[in-house]
Amino acid sequence: MFTTGLLLVLVTMALALIRALRGPSLFDRILAVNMFGTSTVLGIAVLGFVTDRPAFLDIALVYALISFITTIATLKYFEYGSLGHGRRERDSG
Amino acid sequence: MALLLDVLSWICLVGGGFFCVVGGIGVLRLPDFFSRLHASGVIDTLGAGLVLFGLLLQAESLDVALRLVLIFFFLLFTVPTATHALAKSALQGGLEPEVDDDGGASSNS
Repeated sequence: MFTTGLLLVLVTMALALIRALRGPSLFDRILAVNMFGTSTVLGIAVLGFVTDRPAFLDIALVYALISFITTIATLKYFEYGSLGHGRRERDSG
Repeated sequence: MALLLDVLSWICLVGGGFFCVVGGIGVLRLPDFFSRLHASGVIDTLGAGLVLFGLLLQAESLDVALRLVLIFFFLLFTVPTATHALAKSALQGGLEPEVDDDGGASSNS
């Protein structure tokens, strides 16, 4: 039961990677990475149940947050050209 | 009772996996970036929801169930924000959504 769910999630990851490779624009790639992150969260959660280790769910939880922050940071970098300036640069610049 | 839980969680798990694959295929085949955003939303809401609910039925102890619910709520809050930020920066980045103005109701200005 878990293995079928895990298999389907792995197929989604493969589809996301194909979109990441083929994506014409930059934002398709960010979308594919975001989708890959979410399906990794599901994969880890299901894997935690397959190997009967409840600790995996904490990993899935942290990974969900990290993939969100990654997407936002990447978007901020491409939108403003940099991830913000430190105090020294801003005062002296 | 246990059999019912097993059957129900099997259906939810495979159904969630199925919707994940449907979202993945949608992201591959849809022509425009903004319609692909919709397809990736299918995965996060329906796929993740069903898979996590299927796992919830199999959770033996309370803390495992609590963690699953917590994952689902984090996903529920973070993914729409990420999708919104993605769409906003895509619009500013110069991607135009394909709007077919064949004289339809929306474009008879």
